[in-house]
Amino acid sequence: MTSLRRIVYGTGIVAVCAWVLVPIYFIALGAFGGRGGVFAWPKTGLPTKLSLSAMLRFLEIEGVWEAALNSVIAAGLCMLLSIALGAPAGYALARFNFRGANLYRLLILMTRAFPLAILALPLTVSFIRVGLYDTPYGVALIHTALALPFAALITSSLFVGIPRELEEAAWIFGCTRWQAFLRIVLPLALPGIAATAIFAFVISWNEVFAASILTVRERTLTAYLLKILSESPLHYRFAGGLLLIVPSVVFIFAVRKYLFAMWGIANR
Amino acid sequence: MADIQIERVRKEFGTVRALDEITLHVADGEFVALLGPSGCGKTTLLRIIAGLESQTAGRIVIGGRDLSDVPTRNRGLAMVFQNYAVFPHMSVYENIAFGLRMQGADTARVETRVKRAAGLLHIETLLERYPAKLSGGQRQRVAVARALAVEPPVLLMDEPLSNLDALLRLEMRADLKAILQEAGTTTIYVTHDQTEAMGLADRIAVMHGGRIVQFDAPMAVYSRPNSTFVGGFVGSPPMNFIALDAADGEARLGALTLPAPVQSGRILAGIRAEDFQLVERGNGLPFNVLVVEPLGSHALLTGRVADQMIRVVAPPDRGHAVGEEIGLAPVLQRIVWMDAESGQALSGQTLEKSS
Repeated sequence: MTSLRRIVYGTGIVAVCAWVLVPIYFIALGAFGGRGGVFAWPKTGLPTKLSLSAMLRFLEIEGVWEAALNSVIAAGLCMLLSIALGAPAGYALARFNFRGANLYRLLILMTRAFPLAILALPLTVSFIRVGLYDTPYGVALIHTALALPFAALITSSLFVGIPRELEEAAWIFGCTRWQAFLRIVLPLALPGIAATAIFAFVISWNEVFAASILTVRERTLTAYLLKILSESPLHYRFAGGLLLIVPSVVFIFAVRKYLFAMWGIANR
Repeated sequence: MADIQIERVRKEFGTVRALDEITLHVADGEFVALLGPSGCGKTTLLRIIAGLESQTAGRIVIGGRDLSDVPTRNRGLAMVFQNYAVFPHMSVYENIAFGLRMQGADTARVETRVKRAAGLLHIETLLERYPAKLSGGQRQRVAVARALAVEPPVLLMDEPLSNLDALLRLEMRADLKAILQEAGTTTIYVTHDQTEAMGLADRIAVMHGGRIVQFDAPMAVYSRPNSTFVGGFVGSPPMNFIALDAADGEARLGALTLPAPVQSGRILAGIRAEDFQLVERGNGLPFNVLVVEPLGSHALLTGRVADQMIRVVAPPDRGHAVGEEIGLAPVLQRIVWMDAESGQALSGQTLEKSS
């Protein structure tokens, strides 16, 4: 009975992993296998004639590095703004009982229910007017709007997890509210805040719709690749795809423990 | 060192009155327990003294200084929390040193004070460890050491032992009493455990429904409760209350005639389980044994007297059996008379003491 359960359990795990890993594996195979590898049929599934040439050629395409820089600027700014605005909101939600706290929590989530497509045109118009159109800073603002709900809710659950008594004890022993936050709450929340920051970074890094609409020349990497890849040979597309996937996978992997904790899945 | 004067403190949460005009004077160096069932307002009162909660009306004066508008950090108190609240990212040493560091004490002074506090609580060997590696009892010791290290004039404790297991609680209770007696710190100790309050406190303030219903020395609270609530809450087993009808200044209970404090009306005789003498059958009150609980040091008998359930403490080796009928003779001078309707003590014998 137990062995049967173990088999079912194991099969499930293998299936779920394969669901994610097999496509990534084939993308990597396409990226490093060269032109021949992409068109070879039947597929062996084994890496043959590996070369970095497609990847290197891809990196030499004009504008890739500029687009990558734009992506880093947009994602970096998005990360900073999300934490700077989201963490205080999360702290307020976690520590204070204010009228309408639950409604506020709901509204935060509802912002994600509002389709970006409807916002796109008015946003473009106002961005042109303000001078943010076609800059990574404008993209960063939109990405912040996308990441902020998560940042606020995730940090809120972080702060809820830090017992109130720890702060109260700090006050008793002579701390101001701010000192207590810096000395007690922040060190305890820091790993989780870092994870939230990386999560915001990944949201921005992967986002393509807003980035495509709000930029023309100063594209972020995703938006740029979307444009040029449709005109490129297949193995270049694989190289570009892999380049997009890898950073977010690595980041998410690095902070997986905190994301599980935040989403209410027991991590112990 | 300081005394504490709590003057007419009221606390309302919306329309709910959590504390109703609490007035309490704690003398310098005294150990006072706030004892009551959950929801009686004892923790709220403690948090108001600490400044973690603000009162709706009234004053808190400690050592002659009105603290009503002073923020928590400037009140110069120390507190031990129910869940210990030791800082998990600091070593035991840094935890104990925290208050001193916040006061800006120099390294040498921090070192001597931390060593002394750790010594008092027998945790000198744990100073380099982190709280995650400590047991519950050890964490509680760290929390107490952290509070004592600042040598506070007033120490507040919020059910500090309730998360420990029974044996550890007993040990820690004795340690706490010895340490605090030596330090001479004015202490307010919140608990719902009446044995803790009895064992530790110089005086007990029994709270019920946001009021202090009796404030007296432990033995006075125990043997002279001023209401049926106090008699029923303090002591294990709770006090027995036998309803009687008084007539012509006397109350009849079986074959016994007792002098009653009122001329006529329904009254309650409050008698502790150990305040009965067991006598021959046919003498005293007839008592039908329904349950026998041998508890080691004594046997607890539950049974019926004049159709009312009471509990009686008997010597452990008498071998009483269920269904037996025994005679009971209550110790007359230890009977506390209560009004059956209001539940308050009659004859004023306890009221004058409890102001």
